Amino acid sequence: MPQKLKEVDVVIVGVGFAGAILGKELAAAGLRVVGLERGSLRLTVPDFQAPQIHDELKYSVRKALMQDVRKEAMTFRNSENQMALPIRNWEAFLPGTGLGGSGAHWNGQLWRYHATEFVYKSHLEARYGKNFIDPDLRIQDWGVRYEELEPHYDRFERLTGAGGKAGNLKGKIQPGGNPLESPREHEYPNPPMKEQFSGALFRKAATEMGYHPFIQPSANSSAPYTNPEGLTLNPCVYCGFCERFGCEQFAKASPQSVILPVLQKYSNFELRAGAQVLRVNLDSTRSKATGVTYMDANGHEFEQPAALVLVTAFALNNIRLLLLSGIGKPYDPRTEQGVVGRNYAYQTVSAVPLFFDEDTHLNSFMGAGASGTVIDDFNVDNFDHSKLGFIGGSFIVSGSSGARPIEFHPTPPGTPPWGAKWKEAVRKHYNHTAMLIQPATSSSARQNYADLDPTYRDAWGLPLLRITYDFTDNDLRMNRYITDRAAEIGRAMGARTVVNAPSRRPFTTTVYQTTHNTGGTVMGADRRTSVVNRYCQSWDVPNVFVVGASNYPQNSSYNPTGTLGALIYWTADALKKQYLKKPGPLA
Amino acid sequence: MSNQQRSHSRRSFLVAGLLTIPTVTALVGESDSHSSVAEHGIFNSTEKLFLHAAVDRLIPADEWPSASQLNVVEYIDLQMAGPWGRGDLSYRNGPFHQGTPSQGYQLEYTPAEVFRRSIAAITRHWNAEGTAFHRLPVAQQDAYLATLQTKHIDLDGVPSSVFFGLLWKHTVEGFFADPIYGGNKDKIAWQMIGFPGAYTDFYDLIEQHNVKFDAAPMGIADGMHMHSHGRGNGKE
Repeated sequence: MPQKLKEVDVVIVGVGFAGAILGKELAAAGLRVVGLERGSLRLTVPDFQAPQIHDELKYSVRKALMQDVRKEAMTFRNSENQMALPIRNWEAFLPGTGLGGSGAHWNGQLWRYHATEFVYKSHLEARYGKNFIDPDLRIQDWGVRYEELEPHYDRFERLTGAGGKAGNLKGKIQPGGNPLESPREHEYPNPPMKEQFSGALFRKAATEMGYHPFIQPSANSSAPYTNPEGLTLNPCVYCGFCERFGCEQFAKASPQSVILPVLQKYSNFELRAGAQVLRVNLDSTRSKATGVTYMDANGHEFEQPAALVLVTAFALNNIRLLLLSGIGKPYDPRTEQGVVGRNYAYQTVSAVPLFFDEDTHLNSFMGAGASGTVIDDFNVDNFDHSKLGFIGGSFIVSGSSGARPIEFHPTPPGTPPWGAKWKEAVRKHYNHTAMLIQPATSSSARQNYADLDPTYRDAWGLPLLRITYDFTDNDLRMNRYITDRAAEIGRAMGARTVVNAPSRRPFTTTVYQTTHNTGGTVMGADRRTSVVNRYCQSWDVPNVFVVGASNYPQNSSYNPTGTLGALIYWTADALKKQYLKKPGPLA
Repeated sequence: MSNQQRSHSRRSFLVAGLLTIPTVTALVGESDSHSSVAEHGIFNSTEKLFLHAAVDRLIPADEWPSASQLNVVEYIDLQMAGPWGRGDLSYRNGPFHQGTPSQGYQLEYTPAEVFRRSIAAITRHWNAEGTAFHRLPVAQQDAYLATLQTKHIDLDGVPSSVFFGLLWKHTVEGFFADPIYGGNKDKIAWQMIGFPGAYTDFYDLIEQHNVKFDAAPMGIADGMHMHSHGRGNGKE
């Protein structure tokens, strides 16, 4: 029998950005809040300190900050007619774990989504007609509009000390920023990051080609900064150990650096690490949650009763917890009935390596996680798709978050895969190779989804999440077009060899592409096609809120965390201003 | 900038020193069991003889040292003896099925077991021919490694392409990982490509474009001064 604990007002499952910010907002409102974190309690000091944190093998190759795959893996297959098998080591994407979640190991590339993305389906149908979109795609509107989220984007940018240059202030185009972005009410709190050599080469070429380059917005802290919570960030020193690593400088915005120290001052907030939540408990009506059941690191089971349950784990784990708890009907791709697991999406990433001559010293090992010079001219609907036969697009970025050599040692086409010529090529090209990256959109589709695996189990005996995914025809056509544009820019940058390698099927779990998994607990205005309403509240169990990139109906090219930050504050507002006053379904 | 000037001469010295390193091929494999590496690793001398010869075909010596000269064999040995080699960092529940390439590694064996089974099978294969892999002419070694890589020869339950993939992965790791893991001796692989290692601050350098950066690389073990107050007595 699990030990039943004293009831609290709020229990939070997963203490990353979403759990920490919502915990703070609700603790400040006077509620008794318990935060359950399955991983360990990690702090900048001592856990992220240099020089030990600058360890490529431990953190980047062996994935020390990531979900313990030995205990909790996922299974994968490309299509329904295959048997899903476990992802036995993380490669394609890296779900975080531990205090701070993926917010501890992210790169800090801090984007807003474009206004048209929140009304993606209606926007594209209005511009190109109802028959333009491939029939197997399931893109849809979010149920919340950019204009509603704008103040919440702003709040998250202030929390994280975002560095950048506004390109559109209240509708007025600003020099130096992204002229294609949606209107902002305020300038960024900090200036843009410094520009790498490869970025400067990209800027020159892109400008000459008539594009609109700008410095990528960043939560790496470009200057000394004290956020509205009273926490101070130091300037980033471009050490080249950012993504997959913790930041010793107190520069990268992480829950540890921008919110947790404030949260932990509240005596009505309690953090429990090593707490593996097994399920959200429902009462006999199945429409009310009574709390959660979790197991601690010693294998003792506890029931934590709570009036309100916030599911704020990594996107894929949000889906799994709802499925394990029986909240919402699981999606069936054959009948298209059910919603949980529906619209799982990824990204359609391609890279264009640019090999320069040996007089071009790129020094790509100097870099911040968000270092990059970007064009947005081929992203979202910033360009006319009418004659192109696809939807979606990508920003194109020239930048390096570090050139750590176990994983970065590019060789040009024709180089043998090992041996003397390989070694010579690595030596000749290591510091003279730049990468253009296209983290292109991913359209949700009928056949791509997540459910519970019928065979494989985790260390607690529960079914693993099963992912069924492959790139759609639309996304491959789109990626080919975008990669061609990037290769043109690469040639104009003066590279001696430009490799044009667009994405291809099958999607593989064996090569890192992106950690931006989305969908599965999609938000929307119609409960037949969404799991949560526009306030991230479960349609079926209104005292459960789910906040994560799992709420995104399809995936953007832009990195997801900025929009997650906006949704966090949007949800906090809905909880404080509406739900707590009158608990029940929000209209 | 003075930092870079100073270290440039240090680097030149190191490079010059390298030219005098003798090529000692078979010695490591036959090394005595009382070296610290042998005490902590898992491989026997036959296995080490194979690894030594194989990694030196994967990354041979030229004006820069070979993989084994940078202690890559010792690196692999220590990794296989540790949590990674034991499979403690992987999901290992069955059932085990052969998957598609996009589903990744699906064998029931730990990395260490893959190495041991495969090397034993390779040893048996060449024993039957009256020789051993490390005794073959290098051209024949290269041809055999290419066969392992591209064909799926059964190495006692391990497809040879899988074994080759793991061998190559760990050779590259041992060549380029921080020296605290036993390979990349004296950070020479980092010097070869110009990677500064665990160096921590490029704030003033990042916008000095197209400048050759050739400060001596810093390893994790070199950074202990970060944990002390003051610089201490004595010269750098």
